[in-house]
Amino acid sequence: MCDKITVGPAGYMPKSAPSMGVELAPEGKALLYGNIVEEEEAMRDAAKALLTRENPTIFPGPQILWDWKEDVAEKAAAILELAAEIPSCKIIPMPDYRPKYPKIDVKAEINPNHPNLTILDNKIKAAIFVGVHCHYANLTLRMIRAGTDCYTIALCAHMGHEEAMASIRDLHASDVRKFKDILIEERNKLGIEWTPTMPPANPSLEKEDHSTLTAADYGEYRSLLMSRKGEHVAEVE
Amino acid sequence: MSLKYMTPTEQFKKYLPKDYVELVDYGPFGKSQDEAGVNNIGQFKEVLEEHPMCSGCLMAYFIRVFFAALPNPEDTVTLGTAGCGRLAISQAAVPFIYGNYGDQNAMASGLSRAFRLRFPDKKKDVVTLAGDGGTMDIGFSMTMHSWIRGEKFTTIMLDNEVYGNTGGQESGMSPQGAILKMAPEGKKFEKMPATELAKTAGCVYVVRISPTNIKKTAKSIKRAILVAREVGPTFIHVYTSCNIEYSIPTEEVFKDAKDQEKDRFSFEEYMTDEAREVIERIEGEEKKAKKAKKGARKEEVVS
Repeated sequence: MCDKITVGPAGYMPKSAPSMGVELAPEGKALLYGNIVEEEEAMRDAAKALLTRENPTIFPGPQILWDWKEDVAEKAAAILELAAEIPSCKIIPMPDYRPKYPKIDVKAEINPNHPNLTILDNKIKAAIFVGVHCHYANLTLRMIRAGTDCYTIALCAHMGHEEAMASIRDLHASDVRKFKDILIEERNKLGIEWTPTMPPANPSLEKEDHSTLTAADYGEYRSLLMSRKGEHVAEVE
Repeated sequence: MSLKYMTPTEQFKKYLPKDYVELVDYGPFGKSQDEAGVNNIGQFKEVLEEHPMCSGCLMAYFIRVFFAALPNPEDTVTLGTAGCGRLAISQAAVPFIYGNYGDQNAMASGLSRAFRLRFPDKKKDVVTLAGDGGTMDIGFSMTMHSWIRGEKFTTIMLDNEVYGNTGGQESGMSPQGAILKMAPEGKKFEKMPATELAKTAGCVYVVRISPTNIKKTAKSIKRAILVAREVGPTFIHVYTSCNIEYSIPTEEVFKDAKDQEKDRFSFEEYMTDEAREVIERIEGEEKKAKKAKKGARKEEVVS
């Protein structure tokens, strides 16, 4: 059985996975490098990639970031438990799909329309996509395979994704915990010592120190500051 | 599409980018126009901040006002088509659907019908925002038929009187005699009577406006959306000049808008009796609520 979908870069506009003969896995099975395999086999390979490749990262999508359904909180908790077990894991969210101009903050978020920017800037070599709507996940995963050398893992609540190196389907909180157990097993086999640690918070959330803020800090936007009632602004830049 | 879509999962809040945390904490979602509306722009996190529009673009300004004026941003979907406007509209934190050129009103027809079937107990607003080409030229048939069918959503035409994105071709909405880069001899025909067409086709609330007065503009937008919820199609024809194609210096864009207010874009507001009833009812209720709130505040101060 040869690998049909391998880690990129596959080059500009690569052939899509379905056109290369990759079919979605039936219920109870998973996809690994485009081949239908047992779920556990795919999970073990994905776990090894997360443990051995540089800068493993989880990209949670809108379906898991926003509290829109009852079971979201449990799945979110399971994902964070998994993140804590992956050594030096980061979480970079994809809160929605709107284009980001003039420039995306690649340290703080990932966008489905140009995911390569975040992956290349952060030198991510293994990534999990979870909670991203399927049509955008397909688009993003193909772009990543085209332009980066990142190993992609799709944890999908529906039918899975052909473009990912490892794709687990019908995934719910219990399956995430199963994946976590497999990852711990693989970690022990590899002899990696790791105390579960939560990934760092979003870097864009650093607290600003407003106590030392002056009008000059607003630069060209100084004129937009509103003066208080009765205040007379005499000094401007 | 619902307030829940702007409520982060507790576990993930610290992993969200600052931009989104601020939208959740200080955005207009779930708030009234008094708390986060056009009157206090600058005091809340707006759904649209960065955009790639040209410097001095009146369309970008109008779009900002539009989003601040939405009565229910968490339950609104915007639709658009090719043109300058969608560059900014698609970046707002309000769901946006982008279709083939000119089909925004056809899509909006299906969407608004589907919303009423799927969420009969909720008020979901559908608004199409497209340029003069998308609304009155290439999308003309779809615009007209949606009005003739009486579809309940709002159509906003961002009229810059030119195909600005493709190099300056004349559009049906360009004024007669307009000399443009790709119409060097000047336009030979009259500007299309958009508001008249809207009235004839069955729009129940029609406004033509040059958006120089923020409050007046916001009021028209709000009225159009509220009337569309209950009565039928509404239309706003708004002047959003293209300062590049019409060579308007950036500092004179607003002056030009004011000049147009006295010329082709004199304020016009038309409403049917049914629309008037709805507006009077809703605005009456709002006034009562405001009075009651003021009274309660006074009582608080006294006690």
